[in-house]
Amino acid sequence: MTAHDRTPCLELRQVVKAFPGCLANDRVDLRVMPGEIHALLGENGAGKSTLVKMIFGLLRPDAGQLRWQGEPVRIDSPARARTLGIGMVFQHFSLFEALTVQENIALGMGNPPPMAQLEQQIRAVEARYGLPLDPKRAVHSLSVGEKQRIEIVRCLLQNPRLLIMDEPTSVLTPQEAERLFVTLRQLRAEGCSILYISHKLDEVRQLCDAATILRGGRNVGRCKPADETAASMAALMVGEAVVPVSAHPALERGAVRLALCGISRRAVDALAVTLEQVDLAVHGGEIVGIAGVAGNGQSELLAVLCGEWRCRADAVLLNGSGVGHLGPHQRRQRGLCIVPEERLGHGSVAEMSLRDNALLSGYSRQPFLRRGFVRTAAVGDFARAVIERFDVRCSGFDAAAGSLSGGNLQKFIVGREVHQAPDVLVIAQPTWGVDAGAAALIHRALLALAAQGTAVLVLSQDLDELLLISHRIGAICGGRLSPLYPRQQLGVEEVGLLMTGTALETAGVLLPGDRAPEVAHAAP
Amino acid sequence: MLRLEPRPQASRAMIYLSPLLALLLTLGSGFVIFRLLGVDAGQALYAFFIQPLSDGYGVSELLVKAVPLVLIGVGLAVGFRANVWNIGAEGQLAMGAVFAGGLAIWVPEESGVWVLPAMLLLGMLGGMLWAAIPALLRTRYNANEILTSLMLSYVALLFLSYLVHGPWRDPEGFNFPESKLFAASATLPILLDGTRLHLGLPIAMAVVAGVWVMLARTLVGFQVRVVGASPRAAQFAGFRERAMIWFALLLAGALAGLAGMIEVAGPIGQLVPQVSPGYGFTAIIVAFVGRLHPAGVTAAGLLLALSYLGGENLQIEMGLPQAVTGVFQGMLLFYLLACDVMIHYRVRIGRPRVIEGARR
Repeated sequence: MTAHDRTPCLELRQVVKAFPGCLANDRVDLRVMPGEIHALLGENGAGKSTLVKMIFGLLRPDAGQLRWQGEPVRIDSPARARTLGIGMVFQHFSLFEALTVQENIALGMGNPPPMAQLEQQIRAVEARYGLPLDPKRAVHSLSVGEKQRIEIVRCLLQNPRLLIMDEPTSVLTPQEAERLFVTLRQLRAEGCSILYISHKLDEVRQLCDAATILRGGRNVGRCKPADETAASMAALMVGEAVVPVSAHPALERGAVRLALCGISRRAVDALAVTLEQVDLAVHGGEIVGIAGVAGNGQSELLAVLCGEWRCRADAVLLNGSGVGHLGPHQRRQRGLCIVPEERLGHGSVAEMSLRDNALLSGYSRQPFLRRGFVRTAAVGDFARAVIERFDVRCSGFDAAAGSLSGGNLQKFIVGREVHQAPDVLVIAQPTWGVDAGAAALIHRALLALAAQGTAVLVLSQDLDELLLISHRIGAICGGRLSPLYPRQQLGVEEVGLLMTGTALETAGVLLPGDRAPEVAHAAP
Repeated sequence: MLRLEPRPQASRAMIYLSPLLALLLTLGSGFVIFRLLGVDAGQALYAFFIQPLSDGYGVSELLVKAVPLVLIGVGLAVGFRANVWNIGAEGQLAMGAVFAGGLAIWVPEESGVWVLPAMLLLGMLGGMLWAAIPALLRTRYNANEILTSLMLSYVALLFLSYLVHGPWRDPEGFNFPESKLFAASATLPILLDGTRLHLGLPIAMAVVAGVWVMLARTLVGFQVRVVGASPRAAQFAGFRERAMIWFALLLAGALAGLAGMIEVAGPIGQLVPQVSPGYGFTAIIVAFVGRLHPAGVTAAGLLLALSYLGGENLQIEMGLPQAVTGVFQGMLLFYLLACDVMIHYRVRIGRPRVIEGARR
């Protein structure tokens, strides 16, 4: 694979792209060899998306050169990119939920062949790359992993020479990710190059042949991931050594602070999930992690927890008293704070300042109001304290929430709730799409909060994160919540099984009894 | 093929310049229309925009007409910000006039100073009651308030018409469909002798200041802004959408009702079939041209008030139909909306391309 004599499949030379007020790519070089899985690494806002959008023809570079198979090219549209042989699988799929797999694939093609012929082609590609998928199935009935397969098949039908994958495993279970890696390795063996964008450094080490690292829009290094450690690559990405969260301290478990008792809730529409008999108890001082592939009831569970969905008073217990009938404001006053999954538009208002966004959820618990009037100075002090304590990089509390990078906004939103020292904190996807430095800071903040006696409930798709910070872990699948197991009893494999709804007892992985003393059942 | 493509970032300056741009385009189009009608376009525009303001009386008349427009416009702007689309201010104004006028007709000639404040409250109550119907239908049955509030306008106007043609007609009024003239105690005092400028002006100014403070400084105003900007975030914060719908409709109804009371107790002085030349509808334009901000609404209210004066003046000076007012108001809103579209989108010519993930 070290063929320096060969022509690179794709080469970018000194590519520059500027947006108003920001130089997204500053003389970036990138060389992807044929049959190479090349990782593109960088923090959020490092310019990775801008770079791949230029390769895929969604943006045009201001300066610099793109060379394809050694020849300079202009890629001015995705259609042009596809004719060249470049395919891209986006992190967020663009699929019509109501249509079938086959119809979705046909819609994405310039001039699709007749349906019967297309079906043959789809089946052929699926068989060849081991991507089982019924072309006639409606997309809304598929899992996220299967939806991703549609996007991959859609690309492979065009016989790409280069496949761009934007954080493909962020939505997959470990087992699904392994299956994806098999496909990608097979593609590599056939000479297809893959440009692989990811935050997960372990998987990059496992899969990729070379890596280009971006920081602040510039190249900061090229490396062979196999020769590096995750920590050394993280340090290159962030520009400083990332202090990983240390092994969690001994658990001092207090009384039950948050409990769900037999929550059942019918799905509101065809795309939502029905919650079935969800029981859960979180003690003060502990962090409970709920794993699960997106779309398995997390949003519904979150809506029940934060009070956007009301239910019987005694179905949700907060410090022992029923709050199921109360809305978010009253629950917050009683000590339950929430960090929703979506940063923009749910956890914050993009066009409003950080100060206004501090008021958004702070008004319930903080002394922000006097006879209906907003105490602007008090809100400003609070916002400033959050910004300082959580190292939010911004121009000040007047900066619009939408102007912050994902990681910094997430630090602000998490900080806004943590700084209020709630009795219970429910947090969804705490570090989704957040760079390593911000993620470590958020993890430390959650651990510190739990150490003060707060009950923390984390819903996340990131297994590494859950295994790192949780004391007990369960998984949600199809609206059912598995029992919670002490962290020591679980590895990635076991949580992966839980995420697919398999009971560990029947799989023969564990002896029954999640309530057994943790020490006695600690994994060897 | 023409297509609209969203701009990645709308220019902030343009958002505020858009009303001015729309005004310029309106003037240009007005010029062309006058030319096509075969009249001296320069003279017509002068008669429409400049001449009405050439003396102190003209300015006072401008303020008289701006008062109801600004009052209603401010109320509507609060609702529009919270995505509550009350189109029925005209009816709420009429009901305000009915409630306030009803009291004015029934009180004896020589009554105390309590009459005016009572009329004020009744006017607001009438507007609120009329706005409460769409609020109830929306929160209870999810009926679109655009349709219900608009249709209720015509019901209110016909109700007023019925009253002045029937039970409330002045017995000594030679069978004209009018109520008797209000007594002095039920009429708003004049601020400046020789003009029709009345107590409604300071009331409107106080309302503008109050709403401004409310939007900028209170939790309620914050809720209005959050609900409008991001309904999901409002849910997260625990702001209740239904309460916001009630608040927005009742506030706009109260202010429209107040405007109705001010019209009948001010310039008109009695109940007539048509208490407003479409102020309730024009106020929608006022709210949008004013960028849904109290200060902007005040400026836009003055501009649209000028369109009424200008239309009347054109009729007198050049014999042009009063419909010119409507044409100019319509053009102004049309150009404003067009400018806003251009600020947020750019026009592309050519076949649309399939751009996957372009929203990212």
